[in-house]
Amino acid sequence: MKKYITALVAVTMVLASIPLSLDAKRKSADLVEKYPALAPYFSTPTTESIRPDEQGFIRRWLLLEPISKPNRGNTVFVDSYVRKNLDTGWNKGDFTLPKDGQKVKDTTLVWHSLDSKLFNVKLYRYAVGTGTGRYGMICRAVTVIDVPEDIEDIRLAVGSNSASMWWIDGEEVLILSGDRRMVMDDAASKRLTLKKGRHILTGAVINGPGMSDFCVRFIDEDGNPVMNYDIRNK
Amino acid sequence: MKTSAKILSIAASALISVSALAQEGKPWIHDPSTIMKCDGKYYTFGTGGGGLISEDGWNWYPGAVRPGGGAAPDALKIGDRYLVAYSSTGGGLGGGHAGRILTMWNRTLDPESPDFAYTEAVEVASSQVDEDCDAIDAGLFMDPVTGRLWCTYGTYFGFIRIVELDPKTGARVEGNEPVNIAIDCEATTIIWRDGWYYLLGTHGTCCDGVNSTYNIVVGRSRSVTGPYLDNVGRDMIAGGGKMVIDADDRQFGAGHFGRYIEDEGVEKMSFHWEADLDRSARSVLAIRPLLWVNDWPVAGSSFKAGVYEISSVRRGYALELAVDFVRQQIPRRGWWEESDEPEVTYPNQTLEDVAGTWPEGEIPARAGDWMNRPHQRWTVTPVPEAGGYLGGQYCKIQIEGTDRVLAATDDAEVVTLPAYTGASEQLWKIEQLADGTWRLSPKSLPDYVLTCIADSTPTLAKYNFESDNCKWNFIKK
Repeated sequence: MKKYITALVAVTMVLASIPLSLDAKRKSADLVEKYPALAPYFSTPTTESIRPDEQGFIRRWLLLEPISKPNRGNTVFVDSYVRKNLDTGWNKGDFTLPKDGQKVKDTTLVWHSLDSKLFNVKLYRYAVGTGTGRYGMICRAVTVIDVPEDIEDIRLAVGSNSASMWWIDGEEVLILSGDRRMVMDDAASKRLTLKKGRHILTGAVINGPGMSDFCVRFIDEDGNPVMNYDIRNK
Repeated sequence: MKTSAKILSIAASALISVSALAQEGKPWIHDPSTIMKCDGKYYTFGTGGGGLISEDGWNWYPGAVRPGGGAAPDALKIGDRYLVAYSSTGGGLGGGHAGRILTMWNRTLDPESPDFAYTEAVEVASSQVDEDCDAIDAGLFMDPVTGRLWCTYGTYFGFIRIVELDPKTGARVEGNEPVNIAIDCEATTIIWRDGWYYLLGTHGTCCDGVNSTYNIVVGRSRSVTGPYLDNVGRDMIAGGGKMVIDADDRQFGAGHFGRYIEDEGVEKMSFHWEADLDRSARSVLAIRPLLWVNDWPVAGSSFKAGVYEISSVRRGYALELAVDFVRQQIPRRGWWEESDEPEVTYPNQTLEDVAGTWPEGEIPARAGDWMNRPHQRWTVTPVPEAGGYLGGQYCKIQIEGTDRVLAATDDAEVVTLPAYTGASEQLWKIEQLADGTWRLSPKSLPDYVLTCIADSTPTLAKYNFESDNCKWNFIKK
């Protein structure tokens, strides 16, 4: 068994070190076409905005290509580790909504706007499908919430594999620490009010080896999905 | 843990374990009537006249007024009036058995109210000196299906009978004849739930103090007039009955059942202990949760102080501090490895192992996988000076071995605070629900209960018995 574990770790490290992004610096309009492996999981946004799906999940996201962060396992993701590595200020201060195909300054990483075909956004498939990563990565996600009127006493409910942090308009609302599986409504923020207007929802998910994905929705006081807002990518 | 700390811990546990979670005040009573709530106070009447009043359901004192003396009354609110039934006579086991059941009305049970005045009592049933029935121990029941009012009565001397009363007058319905529905019980009463009528009665030895074997049994029927069968199909008229409650560790002789529905899925049962060893072995009022197991009533548990895992029914995650998980540094050994080494036992992680990693101020509460770690072990302790509620006492909930306490926030969330101050947001009402699970409500926000809005996220929300989100299990450690 020890041999197996050693081999598994070796494979993991090799896979994690695969050179990123052969030609990922492209707009998502042709990203799915370019990388057919994405097709079961993602599609190119074709509308100005969408609504949450029938269960209230948010399916339109700007996803940054994975940031390499090798870890041999997920048990290191205690609260302090997650906060230190995910809450780096990237979505605060002069942060502006990225554009599809926009490269992050001083990096090779590019944002892509995608619609998830599933309620959960398969980060592993996104990374592998685009050749930008596999294991040991941090993925950042951004979306735009347009609220037609104030929505009070709702919560952001998230499931993620593995740990993650979530912010609304740059303010932290939720942290999921530990070696987590993606579970619908695994954790929820405190009650919050989405004021009429535009809000930026950002998240960061960290994973070691294994599947990585997340699902996000707003729920009301009774745990029912909140549906009356628009989701945009710009 | 150091030896001295261990000893202190054991001593504290011992102190906690002897804390008598019984009604406080002067709850001396025998044959308590079904508890009534009137203008914010609780009332129960007993044998011999008079009764008890409580402002919070926990501290009980004499003061209720019921004329007529006699034995084993009952009470029922109908519309805006209270109907009180009692038996004016009764010779006891060795005496005659001529008894009379009487009823009377009052608009209030508060003897200080200007509206307090009983109507003249009317006889609704009786028994002759040597009849196979002893017309005492009345139990009132309003059928929620038909709106018809019934009264059961009788003792060990023959049959338990049921007669129909007029809910407007409290008098016997003209022409109604008694029906025999059980035999050799005392203090019977009927309750209804989900299409079943349940007849509860007391068996065993009455009135023998700590040696009383009094116990409460039940049978059920689809018809209010029976037959009432127990769980093995035995008719109560043949002596059948399934146990609802018998003796506790230090309380003996459970008798005279009464049901109180506080909320959906929150039911209480009142009765007396013939003798409570922690209260001079006197006969005292007792209140327990009333549970329903396979459609049978069962007495629940008074909450006992101790160290617990507090587990959410929603997913089974345990309430815990939101702190870094500290790994135990115990080497992993391969199960496939051949070894003749002697086996080694390792200790559980201790508070000393981890407490230094915790923040000093407010720490959020969350729910997570139960790992029997210090940040998941809660000491629950009654706070006598905080008062109580019907059948229970407010408790503080603290991380074992620390002063860190679970608290409600003004905006209906939950956190932990570094020290207990006695503030109402740090006091919790802990009630067992009809399905055996528990709900926790902060004293500062009585309309809210501890709820898992997500698997890992406890909050405070409105109670909903239909949702597992607001139910918890206390698993003693």
